[in-house]
Amino acid sequence: MRVVEKEQVMGATEMDRTIQRLGHEIVEKSGGAGNLVLIGIRRRGVPLAQRLAKAIRAIDGSVVPVGTLDITLYRDDLSLVAPQPVVHSTEIPFSVDDRDVVLVDDVLYTGRTVRAAMNGLFDLGRPKRVRLCVLIDRGHRELPIEATFVGRYVQTSDTEIIEVRLEEVDREERVMLVERVP
Amino acid sequence: MPHRLRHLLGIEPLSAAQIADLLEQAKPFQEIQRHPLKKLATLRGKSVALAFFEPSTRTRISFATAATRLGADTMQLQAEASSLQKGESLLDTVWTLDAMKPDCIVMRHRSSGAPHFVAQHLEIPVINAGDGMHEHPTQALLDALTIRDRKGTLEGLRVAIIGDILHSRVARSNIHLLAKFGCRFTLVGPAMWVPRELEDLAPHVRRVARIEEALEGTDVVLVLRVQLERLHEPALPLDEYIHLYQLTPERLHRAKPDVIVLHPGPMNRGVEIDPVVADGPHSCILEQVTNGVAVRMNLLYVLIGGPPLGMEETHAAD
Repeated sequence: MRVVEKEQVMGATEMDRTIQRLGHEIVEKSGGAGNLVLIGIRRRGVPLAQRLAKAIRAIDGSVVPVGTLDITLYRDDLSLVAPQPVVHSTEIPFSVDDRDVVLVDDVLYTGRTVRAAMNGLFDLGRPKRVRLCVLIDRGHRELPIEATFVGRYVQTSDTEIIEVRLEEVDREERVMLVERVP
Repeated sequence: MPHRLRHLLGIEPLSAAQIADLLEQAKPFQEIQRHPLKKLATLRGKSVALAFFEPSTRTRISFATAATRLGADTMQLQAEASSLQKGESLLDTVWTLDAMKPDCIVMRHRSSGAPHFVAQHLEIPVINAGDGMHEHPTQALLDALTIRDRKGTLEGLRVAIIGDILHSRVARSNIHLLAKFGCRFTLVGPAMWVPRELEDLAPHVRRVARIEEALEGTDVVLVLRVQLERLHEPALPLDEYIHLYQLTPERLHRAKPDVIVLHPGPMNRGVEIDPVVADGPHSCILEQVTNGVAVRMNLLYVLIGGPPLGMEETHAAD
């Protein structure tokens, strides 16, 4: 199986603009950032959450705590995937009880990752509210899950893949639509 | 793709890299011990057979806790209540358990090599929870995790081991493990329990006569449990053992200021260890217990969390 790039969905400038806009939306729809915490879903949700925190700080001066959630142990397909995924640390050095949590991920697709993330989050405490922020929503949900904050909706077929490349992880900055060809 | 671990029968055959992976991967499971909700569904629908042919409380409870925290069920066989009492052979007992379709078997047996023998006859992973005087690999892993957390590294540490080393599978597994990271060992105890052959276990193992000498400048002290039934007059009266080998605060002063003290439990307070040391700032005894659950959770995840053997090509993770 090969993957071929079909088109670029976003470039670096547009990604940055989108993150700034999402930061504004989060502050606006939260009545200030006072009780907010951002939790990035490993892997690419983590640098996105950090960038959002930076954007929010520039907007209203609030320092929003950022945590990292690893969902491996909560996946529902562990007995199907190989090689076996390595479990990484969840690093949430603050209580989530009564906080206004925004989960952050790069792409929203089936919703299964977000389901797993919510299970993981609720093992840590009882947040007051949980919302979801994604850079790309590509459709094809298999669970009743929607994002409150969406960078861009992209129409895709189920043989297509959205690849988000981030400087911190991939040493490049863009979003691509790629297709699997047999 | 790295070699996938099929069983955990002993520390000796593992590489330093495999051990480092098992310790590193235990970290997220250590975090789970601090969560308000410790129950996961990762191994839901799987079952772990706990076959303890020799009495055990803490190791058995630790494995059972690890399994249930991951959402697996346990099937528990206890030596006292089993058909072993009725003369069934080891293999028949194990085949009977296996016919109830567990996903792995955790096994303790008084004969060295029993888990290796069983592993040859079963398709499922076998975890050695202690075999005779041979190995106790999960104890060595949890000890190493405890040491690494406190010291930051395992490399090149000086380790003193005190007591009945001859009969101790804990001591053997610990020496095998720590020697792979270049640790140096001093062993001390009654001569009958510290035979010369122990020096052949690893490159830097030295027997010394006095406990003070063993403790001099050491980073880690591993105190072994004295099995009181092995102490008897006139060879070695109990008060003589206490006088010569008990780990006391005064003796511990000879070690490095940041020395840590480990004991695999259960402890005989006032025999091999002074209660002041057991409860003091150098003691890691309760951390060992907590880390035991984390190490065993990771091991169960590694051995039975993925696809069954031979069905690994379905689709890639991520």
